Amino acid sequence: MAKAVKIVLAGEGGQGVQSVAEILAEAANTEGREALYIPNFGVEQRGGVSVAYLQISDEAIGSPKFQKGDIVVALSERAVLRTQRYVDGNTTFVYDTSIEGIEDQLPKNAGRVLAIPAIEVSKEEFHPRVFNILIMGAVIGATGVVPLDRVKAAIEEKLGYKFQENPKLRELNFGALERGIDLVQKAQ
Amino acid sequence: MSVAPRMPKCWREESKPHKFCPGCGHGLVLKALGEAIDELGIQDKVVFGADIGCSLLAWDFFNCDTVQTHHGRTTPVVTGVKRANPDLVCIAYMGDGGGYAIGSQHLFNAAARNERILAVLVNNTQYGMTGGQMAPTTLPGQKTETSPYGRDIEQAGYPTQGPEAVAAITQDGAYVARGTVANLRQLKGFLKKALENQMAGNGFSFVEALSTCPTNWRTNAAKTWEFVEKEMTKYFKVGEIKAPGQKKEA
Amino acid sequence: MAEKPIQGERKAFLTGNEVVAYAAVAGEADIMYGYPITPQNEIMHYWTRMAPKYGKRFLQTEDELSAGFTTLGGVLSGAKAFTATAGPGNTLMQEPMSMAEMMRIPAVFVIQQRGGPSTATVIYSQQEVTMTTYGGNGEGFRVVYSTATHQDLFDYTIKAFNTAWKYRFPTFVLGDGYQAKMRESVTIYDPQARGIELIKPTPYLGKPGSIGKDREVTHMRNTYNTEEELYEVVMSMAKEYDSVAPEIVEFDAREVDDAEIVIVSHGVVSRAALSAMLELRGAGYKVGYFRPVTLRPFPGDQLRKVADNAKRLLVVESALGQFNKLVQTNIYGSAATIDTIFKPGVGVTSEEIVAKIKATL
Repeated sequence: MAKAVKIVLAGEGGQGVQSVAEILAEAANTEGREALYIPNFGVEQRGGVSVAYLQISDEAIGSPKFQKGDIVVALSERAVLRTQRYVDGNTTFVYDTSIEGIEDQLPKNAGRVLAIPAIEVSKEEFHPRVFNILIMGAVIGATGVVPLDRVKAAIEEKLGYKFQENPKLRELNFGALERGIDLVQKAQ
Repeated sequence: MSVAPRMPKCWREESKPHKFCPGCGHGLVLKALGEAIDELGIQDKVVFGADIGCSLLAWDFFNCDTVQTHHGRTTPVVTGVKRANPDLVCIAYMGDGGGYAIGSQHLFNAAARNERILAVLVNNTQYGMTGGQMAPTTLPGQKTETSPYGRDIEQAGYPTQGPEAVAAITQDGAYVARGTVANLRQLKGFLKKALENQMAGNGFSFVEALSTCPTNWRTNAAKTWEFVEKEMTKYFKVGEIKAPGQKKEA
Repeated sequence: MAEKPIQGERKAFLTGNEVVAYAAVAGEADIMYGYPITPQNEIMHYWTRMAPKYGKRFLQTEDELSAGFTTLGGVLSGAKAFTATAGPGNTLMQEPMSMAEMMRIPAVFVIQQRGGPSTATVIYSQQEVTMTTYGGNGEGFRVVYSTATHQDLFDYTIKAFNTAWKYRFPTFVLGDGYQAKMRESVTIYDPQARGIELIKPTPYLGKPGSIGKDREVTHMRNTYNTEEELYEVVMSMAKEYDSVAPEIVEFDAREVDDAEIVIVSHGVVSRAALSAMLELRGAGYKVGYFRPVTLRPFPGDQLRKVADNAKRLLVVESALGQFNKLVQTNIYGSAATIDTIFKPGVGVTSEEIVAKIKATL
């Protein structure tokens, strides 16, 4: 049985990690693949670390949660600490360079650790609101789990009504997506 | 030689004589309710829910569709029936324990939502079926099995003013009254108006009936009537409390 | 009124709570009664958005006691009525459920299990097995479907209404917080387009016609005066339950014939069990898989045969042995030994099951 690609996304509430997981899951689903996305939803979801678990596979997916991720993305200091347990020697661990003084806390057992300046780039080159789209780009750049055009179609599906009002938003989102791919590939 | 009293048409002959104790007020309340049902010609459309306690003994009292429920849960069962089939005329029949203690959240929320049902609550100041324990309606100083030295208002508070509370939380369209088995003609009038209020789709209808329990009060006939007419009315004011279109008191 | 909610069939990508709401609409439920509790809330959210378009109703009650009892009232009036709850709400709802059992009221209850005891977590567990199968002051005359996938949630929610109305036992769809909240693909369909006949409900109370002329009066009881009277009622119910149980029982058994150990699990945990079995088979281990779909009635005879044959079971559940109690009771007399993985309120992954079996085989 082919192994599913397992992705963990964690950040502060409002960083949009759940939307990233949901859009990637939708993209994989429309491609005819199996996708399973489950948000964490403890009482702590209000004001705590938000974690999204995503699996994409060519075959039926087993349990909704899993022990180790193929890619683990942590976007805040608390998220870095919270996601350690999902990391092993096969994990690509991605974190944002703006998290200060975190070097000692990074998982030492990760297969590889990638630092990307997603917060900074989204703020300077795009708009802080497309930060999560940039992260989405980083995930597909690191895994190739869903083709770019599928992801664009899924974003279109979700935000199309906004793009109709303001076509520049489409450019902004797709630009951030491609820049995310670029960032993660440079980091390797 | 005795002549059988005239029974309301919707009463079920096979279940008479009824099972209530001698001197119990339930039979009188059900007589008034039966006559109101007859006068409105709604026997075939009535769904009657009987709460646990002495109210349960009314479960085969009428030739109307009837359902036994659980203690305090008659209001939601009957609400569920009415919500799914608004053409039926739904009556929740309960005692003071069922309505004001274990089922108070149901009674007051049904009232607040203005459910188009009629709740009839028989107030005899204690739990009859379980052997005469203190109820929310027990009068200050009244002795019961669980207040053997008399209800202590410091410990147990004052008797629940049910109709007043219901009137306070219902919207216009609700009908609220307190009758008594000591004035059956008036009680029947309240019950009939309450049923008409439901049928008109106006809102929640609630009638409390002051009633008797000589068995647990340990009273003779004279003392029983004295208690319901003089003692109970000190705390429970008989009359119409709210009716659609009535102006609120300033 | 709008057309059918689902024409033919289509693939969808939904949360489990959405799936339940779609299934209830497709299964022609008339009314939902409910009270908010995580993780079932979105069933109400989606139902209240869809229902008015199809002439269906909703009542938000003051608590789960009321949600349960109003549901029974709805059924008594002849509506396909249902409710959904979880955890402490399930505890409160045992009271109306026991009335449904006694009075043979075909109500449908959807349970999305959360952690326990008490408020515990709003996330997930399989700790409501004992309560859902045998809760209340009764004898467990209920039908309980334990679902594992969104497809199950859709199929068995529709089926639950048919089972309830056919056999007149309260019927449960036992899901969990994972299934409630996760998104995966599911095929939703119009049951009639697939040849599934939906049983039409009939009223218990307030039937048309004049009493004494067109119809008899109905007096529904749940209270009896003597021990003997009650005994008759309970035993005749038991007899009827036992006689229809073989028609209702459902299970899934795979690779059990030559298995040296069989993983026994239910609900969402059986997904991990299935992955583990397939992985271990791929590595040459003789491992089987058994999943009761109905926890009440339980596929006891079927599991006992499997146990006698394999001689070893591994029971896996997200509770501290509630499901295992059902297993042990039902295979009583079998010489099979039982290993366990119990993780109360915590998800189980295939990796843990694989590791456990590799360590013991």
